[in-house]
Amino acid sequence: MPASRVPLHPRPGECALSTVATNHLLAASGEDGGFHPPSIAEFFPAPFLFEGTPFEMNRIILVRLLVTAVLVLVFVLAARRAKLVPGRGQNVAEMLLDFVRVNIAQETLGHNARRFVPMLTTIFFAVLAMNLTGVVPFLNIASTSLIGMPLVLAAWVYVMYLGVGIKKFGVGGYLKNNLFPPGLPPFLYVLVTPIEALQVFVFRPATLALRLTANMIAGHLILVLCFGATHFFLFQASGAMKAFSAMSLVAGVAFTLFEILVAALQAYIFALLAAVYLNMAVEEEH
Amino acid sequence: MKAVVDAAALLAAEPGEEVEGINLLIPADYDIIWSLVAAAIIAFGFYKLVLPKFTAILDERTEKIEGGLARAENAQAEAAEALAAYQRQLTEARAEAARIREEARAEGGVIVAELRQKASDDAARILENAQRQIEAERQQASVALRAEVGSLATELASRIVGESLADSARQSRVIDRFLDDLEASTAAGATAPAAGRQEG
Repeated sequence: MPASRVPLHPRPGECALSTVATNHLLAASGEDGGFHPPSIAEFFPAPFLFEGTPFEMNRIILVRLLVTAVLVLVFVLAARRAKLVPGRGQNVAEMLLDFVRVNIAQETLGHNARRFVPMLTTIFFAVLAMNLTGVVPFLNIASTSLIGMPLVLAAWVYVMYLGVGIKKFGVGGYLKNNLFPPGLPPFLYVLVTPIEALQVFVFRPATLALRLTANMIAGHLILVLCFGATHFFLFQASGAMKAFSAMSLVAGVAFTLFEILVAALQAYIFALLAAVYLNMAVEEEH
Repeated sequence: MKAVVDAAALLAAEPGEEVEGINLLIPADYDIIWSLVAAAIIAFGFYKLVLPKFTAILDERTEKIEGGLARAENAQAEAAEALAAYQRQLTEARAEAARIREEARAEGGVIVAELRQKASDDAARILENAQRQIEAERQQASVALRAEVGSLATELASRIVGESLADSARQSRVIDRFLDDLEASTAAGATAPAAGRQEG
């Protein structure tokens, strides 16, 4: 496969190491000196390991695995050192875990919460950590901006809520519960049942995955645009145009902060919706 | 799916070509595989290592707090019981003290009355003795006086009879002399009263 599979990355060795988002534009502008707006090619960097196999690794995958290791390591270390009387770090860890356990699981699922806490905790922290890589210097890409990760997590939620629902009510009972909401006049079921079926079997997992991916892609493009514009105005624009670089830099910083908010918000929404879907499956009455 | 990705990669390989937008929504096989790996690692970490430990610690903490509360309640109950016992004892002791004081007061009254009775008896007895002694002495004195007056009268009468009583001057001289004699004998008697008394 040619090295310039993605036009913004002329050399694969550099691709693995080039990290700051603006570097893409620096590399690109080195060729023809023009301003290149960010493109979706950002999300398909050249592979550098196991190229052509299903285990192909590119920069985003590397970031994903790195943040996975960091996340697990941090929490395992916190758990190893956990004592009855918590220290400062343990307090923070417990606060985060309590947030998922209480504010997401228990408030949504009530007495059913306990058995779903590990799953919701895993989902919340996985999404949060992988979202946050989008604003970490030198990583600069949310590892959830590739659809694979959100899709895998959404599929897990999907299988889980179908599974616990069917286990509890049987296939017929589950479908009746979810597709035929009680208390409607019979002719309305002609309308409602197909909508509910689409909801349960398609829209819920699809929207879970798409919402997260789309948010992360858009966030990354905005950040690249801001910092790319800053770079362009500062080094390539002439005279008074250089002043625009300050403006776009401020915008970039503001959007970076905004992206931190979005990262946390999307993790919360993903975990909360997962809890809501699970609750809809195991609840007696809707 | 791989075919689609490969096709996209081939398209992208052409210089200047962009990646198809749909590829953002269709996961590549490597993407799915590494997502599964990452999810599995994170899930293993939380399911097996992190959450059991924190759950155990939370449970232990709850247990400790509940145990502590129970112990505190016990201690409080014990303290209340001890306080009640103490107050009961105190009340008893006060009652006992009051009783003892009352008894002592009664006893003291008895003793005082007895002593007073005894003292008044003694006084009466002493008074009676004194009166008896005075009476005896008075009788003795009166006996002695009577004898003396008799002898004096006899002596005076003999002297009066012996002298001429016509002259009042002589008479008074006789009386004066008698009295002088009496005084002299009294003075002699004062120096030796016992002798005088024997005379009487």
